[in-house]
Amino acid sequence: MDFHLQDTTAERNAVVLSQASVAFGDTQALQPTDLRIPEGEFLALVGPSGCGKSTILRLASGLLKPSSGAVIVGGREVAAKALRIGMAFQNPTLLPWLTIEKNVMLPLKIVQPFRQKFRAKKRGEYRDRVHALLDDVGLSKFANHYPWQLSGGMLQRANLCRALIHEPSLLLLDEPFGALDQFTREELWGTMQDLWQKRRPTVILVTHDLKEAGFLGTRICVMCARPGRIIDDSPVDFPRPRTVAMTFEPDFVALNQRLRERIIAARSET
Amino acid sequence: MSYTFRRRLGAAALIVAFFALWEVLCLALGVSDLIVPRPSQIFATLVERFPVLIPHIVQTLWTTMIGFGLGVVVGVAIGALIGTSRTAYDTCYPLLIGFSSIPKVAVVPIFVLWFGAGPIPAVLTALVMCFFPIVVNIATGLATTEPELEDVLKSLGASKLDLLLNVGLPRTMPFFFASLKIAATFAFVGTVLAETVASNKGIGNVMMSASSNFDVPLVFAGLFILAFLGVALYVLFSLVEGRVVGWANRRSDIAST
Repeated sequence: MDFHLQDTTAERNAVVLSQASVAFGDTQALQPTDLRIPEGEFLALVGPSGCGKSTILRLASGLLKPSSGAVIVGGREVAAKALRIGMAFQNPTLLPWLTIEKNVMLPLKIVQPFRQKFRAKKRGEYRDRVHALLDDVGLSKFANHYPWQLSGGMLQRANLCRALIHEPSLLLLDEPFGALDQFTREELWGTMQDLWQKRRPTVILVTHDLKEAGFLGTRICVMCARPGRIIDDSPVDFPRPRTVAMTFEPDFVALNQRLRERIIAARSET
Repeated sequence: MSYTFRRRLGAAALIVAFFALWEVLCLALGVSDLIVPRPSQIFATLVERFPVLIPHIVQTLWTTMIGFGLGVVVGVAIGALIGTSRTAYDTCYPLLIGFSSIPKVAVVPIFVLWFGAGPIPAVLTALVMCFFPIVVNIATGLATTEPELEDVLKSLGASKLDLLLNVGLPRTMPFFFASLKIAATFAFVGTVLAETVASNKGIGNVMMSASSNFDVPLVFAGLFILAFLGVALYVLFSLVEGRVVGWANRRSDIAST
């Protein structure tokens, strides 16, 4: 009992997978996995496609139930309604009939406790909140623009804002920078880092870019397919704020190289 | 001269040219007005008989609008149901297709049998004519919602109703208005159909009795009135559409400026 208390106070976990597995019919998408993600961590899940990265993300979101084992988010076993989670995907999916401001405000219209006061506050407090966030990502001039008037990188910035506006304690990102050109992507890494340093949510980032994982993550889990499993779990302790120039330094390159070799070795085994 | 103005000028010129050619051909070939009356004759008839025609126009218009209104309600309800639930879609669709393939002329006698000659069969025929395109368009619009967006909102605890109100229905609006324009003309077809079969009032009825009296200019005058009403309704919905779902057309606005 004492041990239990210590465990939760010393290091509170935002997400815990205990022997959680997922099977779709006969295919094992994720073999029984243990994973602890402490609060405030920026976990990058890397690996080739089909390795179960997105499966872990969906488990943490509560949209998917484990076939066996348990998933605990914010100290509770995930229910059908996992509240206060922010999500962003590769496809920004902003609503074309709403301005950027209203798109970013959408979660406040849906999630509690913001929902109750939405009518009263949407022109005051909530609007200011949206503008403050848009300002952080350099979009304040575009609040009244429609999504089609923005570039891909700007849309993705707005998408991140929508995922963060309700101050979620858990932010789930599924390859949000995957469809962008290299320069825009590196710019957005910087933006993401700033957002995380300022607000410190727990983040799970799914990516297949090792450089991205090293730039953003406080920890990298490498995954492998058939069956989906975690084959490497390494902390990343480069100082922050990290810069793109740092990704060319020997330590960083060495980490990348080591993880690459792990993936290649695991692939040739199966 | 702006691009829009030139486009409108072209359309107007074509309409004028069409009637001019009709007039000239009838005169040149000596076509009897018992077969094809000249536009000038039709127009004269229209002006001369207009006071007598007004109650019929009103009758056709209100029966159509009621039938159309009910058709929209029924169409949106069924469309929303089968567009949001896969089970409802699989269950209802075969029956709907079967129902929509029945030629609507065939159901008019049944309505007359049930409700007698008069406005009710006309309203019902307008309804059954126009609800199907609305169902199909609403269902399609709802089915095109991105799954990622659904995940984003569900993870916030959004209910099915939240999704429908905030995402599904607004996304469906362009499809809905496209279907309204079709449905409005279909509703007119339904009303006039029922009026020609069993009614003692309405433009359809006027055209039937005029043709049995060989009053051909009046028959054509009836056609003109129907065309005018149809166009008026189309224009009305286009205007509303431009206001409500302008976001769907903004891209092309930019492209043309």
